[in-house]
Amino acid sequence: MHKPTYETYKYINGPMHQALRHDSAHKHVAGSAEYIDDIPEPAGLLHGALGLSDRAHAEILSIDLSAVKACPGVVSVLTGADVPGVNDISSGGHHDEPLLATEEVQFHGQPVFAVIATTRDAARRAARLARVEYRDLPYWTDIDGAIDNGAPLVTAGMTLERGTPKAELDNAENRLIGEMHIGGQEHFYLEGHVALAIPGEDDEVQVWSSTQHPSEIQHVVGHVLAIPSNAVTVHVRRMGGGFGGKETQGALFAALAALAAKKLGRAVKFRPDRDEDMTMTGKRHDFRMDFDVAFNGDGRIHALVANFAARCGYSADLSGPVTDRALFHADSSYFYPHVRLTSQPLKTHSVSNTAFRGFGGPQGMLGGERIIEEIAYALGKDPLEVRKANFYGAPGSGRDVTPYHQKVEDNIIARIVDELERSCDYQARRKAIIDFNAGSPVIRKGIALTPVKFGISFTLTAFNQAGALVHVYQDGSIHLNHGGTEMGQGLYTKVAQVLADAFQVDIDRIKITATTTGKVPNTSATAASSGSDLNGMAAYDAARQIMERLVAFAVEHYQVPANEVEFLPNRVRVGDQEIPFPDLVKKAYFARVQLSAAGFYKTPKIHWDRAAGRGTPFYYFAYGAACSEVSIDTLTGEYVMERTDILHDVGKSLNPAIDIGQIEGGFIQGMGWLTTEELWWDDKGRLRTHAPSTYKIPLASDRPKIFNTRLAEWSENAEPTIGRSKAVGEPPLMLAISVLEALSMAIASVADYKVCPRLDTPATPERVLMAVERLKAGG
Amino acid sequence: MTDCIRFILNGEDVALRDVDPTGTLLDFLRLDRSLTGTKEGCAEGDCGACTVLVGRLCDGALRYETVNACIRFLGSLHATHVVTVEHLAARDGTLHPVQQAMVDCHGSQCGFCTPGFVMSLYGLWLSNDDPSRAEIEKALQGNLCRCTGYEPIVKAAELVSGTRPSALFDPLERDRTAITARLWELKTGETIATGKDGRRLIVPGTVAALAAVLAAEPSATVVAGATDVGLWVTKQMRDLDPVVFINHLDELQAIETGADGITLGAGVTYEQASATLRAEIPALGRLIDRIGGQQVRNVGTIGGNIANGSPIGDMPPALIALGATVTLRSADGRRVLPLEEFFIAYGKQDRRPGEFVESLFVPRPRAGQHFAVYKVSKRRDEDISALCGAFLLTRGDGNTVADVRIAFGGMAATPKRASAVEATLLGRPWTEATIASARPAFDDDYKPLTDWRASAEYRQLAAKNLLTRFFLEASGTPQELKRFAEEEA
Repeated sequence: MHKPTYETYKYINGPMHQALRHDSAHKHVAGSAEYIDDIPEPAGLLHGALGLSDRAHAEILSIDLSAVKACPGVVSVLTGADVPGVNDISSGGHHDEPLLATEEVQFHGQPVFAVIATTRDAARRAARLARVEYRDLPYWTDIDGAIDNGAPLVTAGMTLERGTPKAELDNAENRLIGEMHIGGQEHFYLEGHVALAIPGEDDEVQVWSSTQHPSEIQHVVGHVLAIPSNAVTVHVRRMGGGFGGKETQGALFAALAALAAKKLGRAVKFRPDRDEDMTMTGKRHDFRMDFDVAFNGDGRIHALVANFAARCGYSADLSGPVTDRALFHADSSYFYPHVRLTSQPLKTHSVSNTAFRGFGGPQGMLGGERIIEEIAYALGKDPLEVRKANFYGAPGSGRDVTPYHQKVEDNIIARIVDELERSCDYQARRKAIIDFNAGSPVIRKGIALTPVKFGISFTLTAFNQAGALVHVYQDGSIHLNHGGTEMGQGLYTKVAQVLADAFQVDIDRIKITATTTGKVPNTSATAASSGSDLNGMAAYDAARQIMERLVAFAVEHYQVPANEVEFLPNRVRVGDQEIPFPDLVKKAYFARVQLSAAGFYKTPKIHWDRAAGRGTPFYYFAYGAACSEVSIDTLTGEYVMERTDILHDVGKSLNPAIDIGQIEGGFIQGMGWLTTEELWWDDKGRLRTHAPSTYKIPLASDRPKIFNTRLAEWSENAEPTIGRSKAVGEPPLMLAISVLEALSMAIASVADYKVCPRLDTPATPERVLMAVERLKAGG
Repeated sequence: MTDCIRFILNGEDVALRDVDPTGTLLDFLRLDRSLTGTKEGCAEGDCGACTVLVGRLCDGALRYETVNACIRFLGSLHATHVVTVEHLAARDGTLHPVQQAMVDCHGSQCGFCTPGFVMSLYGLWLSNDDPSRAEIEKALQGNLCRCTGYEPIVKAAELVSGTRPSALFDPLERDRTAITARLWELKTGETIATGKDGRRLIVPGTVAALAAVLAAEPSATVVAGATDVGLWVTKQMRDLDPVVFINHLDELQAIETGADGITLGAGVTYEQASATLRAEIPALGRLIDRIGGQQVRNVGTIGGNIANGSPIGDMPPALIALGATVTLRSADGRRVLPLEEFFIAYGKQDRRPGEFVESLFVPRPRAGQHFAVYKVSKRRDEDISALCGAFLLTRGDGNTVADVRIAFGGMAATPKRASAVEATLLGRPWTEATIASARPAFDDDYKPLTDWRASAEYRQLAAKNLLTRFFLEASGTPQELKRFAEEEA
């Protein structure tokens, strides 16, 4: 069983910091990785489909479902009246999101009823046959419409203030007022939402849900069915992408599947069509930033007042924390001596917007970078020069405090930017581009280097906790479970590496098991880039407990001092003998040592007082910088990404291969957000870009032609995180701001770089061309 | 006459009776055969998660092409070899080199798009032993990945291009002879008629049989590549009856190069036409590279693109500018008309009951003529045009405009000539001043709409600017962005 060479291994396979491949890579390419729709279907499985409103805002006068019920294959039709518990699936207890609308619809595409049929096709066909009578009510779907109509807020806004900004706006050499419209974004996870529910005895129900937040699905199902959480078990092995789109949005499908399953006593699956998924589920928030900034002749900001208004959709969902995070990142990497930032989470008659990688941070940071850009054009400077003039200073410099009064203690942005500026030859290339533009009538180029500083931790302190469950079996194999979910980001792999490293066993000895609320309870969403920080530590804590028991056992059994017990690769040294790990485990079992442990972790140091706008919401910051070069066609606005260079900080990487993947993927996703991904609503309030045929995420051929991504290998987290690593999920998305600003520079060339193009996003070819025309016409 | 659709699925024969005329290959694989490696991402042929290979006999040889299973109807699979991702690895689980390269390059994250990418990379690998970056990107135009940013996938394609198909590790190479022989057996030329729940499916054995079927069933839906009709089913859930498949008719797949131009059978796919058009009319060849993704080009036909009468129409603006003619056939015979006359109004074509598009003649630009076509879309590849403009210029003595044909898609209810612009240009000197004076005439020719692809204002401005671009290009100063230098050809 154990090879003779076993005891001589110097290293284990799969420790922390190794560039290990994704644990499911083999299954992904073989087509054997199982997603929820791939699970063999239970006998008698029924399928659900939803009937959606075709009004943006209306009172429901009557619902005639007779034609639906008469359809072949239809078993049941559910409305809000069929909900035994609370007809509400809102996240965070706002009670503003009905599972099925009963009296009023508040967006075009809102679910009104559900059809349960013997096949998915039958359910979809029947769902179109309802006759719903409405009385139309006034509606608005965008931010400007919301402001014009005096729309309410879906949740209270936030204010961050330091110094005396309003008084100080006049006390600088220069002042600028402006606005920017920032578009939203569809997640476009390749696997759409899906839920499968199987009823059990008594009040029990098992739910397989494509969710980043199994515990919340458990709570929502419990509320909807009026059953306790202990009756609901939620499972998720993997998702085909999440990106925040499955943090709260899976609740609709899971709750409906569970409701139908319990009502009918049969297994029920909901898998909406892509168009319905895109219509019914929330997206990244659009924002409008209005700013008023005062600065000196070097471009250094003296005072800033800015408001961030957001399109939240019809309900609160996560719009409160999302708009909060926009404010937390409106400073980007810059010190604002006097600052007042406000958020305005506006109600609109559109689908309720939700979490999306960066969670408002990208929009806030983009606003901050736009202000820098405006200042640079106003002063005729390279924006990079203005950036450097505004970076946070060293601790104690007096320029190290954020608008939320947290000190920036781990600041490495200047080093990151300097290194990238040199390695990508920024200065020479910028000069060459300016020369090129002078001699090129139609094609113009632009280049920009932008920084990223992203705060890590949930801003709701309670979410910064995690649990894990680790079993060591008698054969030395290890079973790992934790509260984090796998959506492609490699979390399972990283946490398994943590465990392998702790026990000093090869990673293939560890079985990574599906996340389930029955094993690790009260989990936080896998979100806020926190998955490996939290779950890695929780798993480590579980391993530590088991190892301490093994050490205690060895001390007693072999009569050696504790410091003579050492975990070596796949073996344990006890005094002068080395015992294979499984052998020690087996001995411990017979000595009645508990070989299972629940681990737990909570992030230290953080606290946040939202009402006061003051505290330490973030445990640490992750940094990065990107330099992008583009070419544009000033006749059509079309563009090509010429080159991008990235230098990114992940601390001491838990897995460099996975981290590089997150950085490249995040950058391209951010580039899509800022370029071709446009959400377009018609005058009826209907989203018309609801499928890949109309909503255009980047393709392989949209990548920068030259694409260099490097980790800041010298970086280590200043805080004692797992392996001194840093979070990597969200921060790289904002590296794409360099693309937008490079486009902007290419446009600015038509007016000799004297006017800031004020390019709104997404910068489609149309927006680029229109900006070119505007600048040619004199701004 | 038979009532059975027969094909090979991976390693086994499949014989289907009582076939739903709009049943899709994807549902068949996932629901009937539990082959769940093939995923549904969009059900409209845009994301590529459902990519499989379909092998067919083409000019006598077995040819494998990537296809979107989500909009491929079962009725179109007779005498083909369907290959899914489950067929690639060896029986002992050893991954195929294409799969292993994806693992080694960290080409998967969430993994949901991955089987589709594997199949697209496999299709490329079978046909190209040293693909350039441009060729790799082209092969991947029809596959969306939301996680990786594509870099590792492109690297995987490069990594694997060193290994070549051999019977040792490639199942299609191993079985090529046997599969070819089996497909010949299945390709009987018999007409197949079957159906389910009262809706009928007809696979005519010959073009003459097709004409007879349509004479009897003038309301039949004729399906070639199904890249449009597929969505009528998956998105609009239309009940089509009967459905007549023509994708297998070799007679409709002829490509003839004559002295004056090229004749394309209506069943010629974009991919089949690509090489000839690239050689004969390079600008048209380059346009094809930006239509759909590879999976769509492998099945979508130029005849179908015309017959469906889209107001944008990827090909028609270019074909109209070139002066193409279309041949319509019915049981009564044939008639030929200029392509621009075929498009009557939005959704209305000059196709009489019982008629079908049989072929297309595309005149080759003569020496001295200058032809260009520009597609403008939100995303460069695999997007529908916001507008597409095509220009054919004939210069006379003294640099005057002796003749000019301009046509646009996306600017009106049909692909349409810019006759007012043409009139302004005709006979005038080919100069910047003439171009400037012609630009306002676009406002007479077109009143474009605002929609999600572009605003009316942008469409009109960009159309005018494309005339300017054409002028610059025809005057010898190309000013168009190209992603790769090799595209400049």
